[in-house]
Amino acid sequence: MTTHADTDIDRDAFYVTEEEHHDADGATALGFWIYLMSDALIFATLFAAYGVLGTSYAGGPAPRQIFELPLVALNTTFLLLSSITFGMAAIDSHAGKVRSTQVWLVITALFGIAFVGVELHEFAGLIAEGATPQRSAFLSAFFTLVGTHGLHVSFGLVWIAVMLVQIGQRGLIPANKRRLMCLGMFWHLLDVVWIGVFTFVYLLGVVR
Amino acid sequence: MSASETTHDHADHGTRRGYLIGFLLSAVLTAIPFWLVMNHVIADAQATALAIFAFAFVQIIVHTIFFLHVNTRSEGGWTLMALIFTVVIIAIVISGSLWIMYHLNSNMMPMTAGDMTGH
Repeated sequence: MTTHADTDIDRDAFYVTEEEHHDADGATALGFWIYLMSDALIFATLFAAYGVLGTSYAGGPAPRQIFELPLVALNTTFLLLSSITFGMAAIDSHAGKVRSTQVWLVITALFGIAFVGVELHEFAGLIAEGATPQRSAFLSAFFTLVGTHGLHVSFGLVWIAVMLVQIGQRGLIPANKRRLMCLGMFWHLLDVVWIGVFTFVYLLGVVR
Repeated sequence: MSASETTHDHADHGTRRGYLIGFLLSAVLTAIPFWLVMNHVIADAQATALAIFAFAFVQIIVHTIFFLHVNTRSEGGWTLMALIFTVVIIAIVISGSLWIMYHLNSNMMPMTAGDMTGH
């Protein structure tokens, strides 16, 4: 920039309202992203704990005996499908299509509910077999890691429900689009964490 | 992008095609490791473990690009910076924990279930 411009003009250029709005949106996205990174660190410590304790069976059941891979494959499919249906909701929200955004969000929530349902079914089965969190260090670490992920998905479901109410009341106003974008980042990050879970916990557990 | 989109592309929202490519890639990258483990395709356990780690690594990158839309341009590169920083911390936390605890284990006296019951 050259310095020949009048100071009045400079001041005018500084207060463009459109810029302010734009910055607020960007700050939210970046701030929420940094929160998600701190959430990823929580999972990193839980993965580290599982990595250290994952072979301490204390005479209890080993992963190979208690993990049912077909069930895990089903759950992985649910979560993967929910990621793409959320993507469709995000695209339709930017196109301003209220109705189809809501429909895609409901489908995403149904996949999420199915995921949590299958996970609770799995946990109930394990506990019925005597593979409770108290049984061994391996099982404590397993329930903590997988349970924390399941809790995140459950809170994501609550958020989707709130989002549906907000879109129903106000439509796709800029604030709702921003919230939907944050929810999307949250939902997709949970899918990334699940890649780590099914690989390091379930698949590696059965291989070992 | 449709006409209603007036803001500058500070956040990449992705396209239907982008999501579909990401979904197909991640479906394949999920199916192969499950197939490898469930059908005992590779006899060597260590080789299987390395293979599924490799698939997980690639799939995480696919998700980051196609679903989380992280690229060098979003938020002036700060999204990517935060991600790289986090990945470094995660690598240190996980590999450091495993390394230290593995050596701690191998330097401990061998202990059996019988020892634990006060024998």
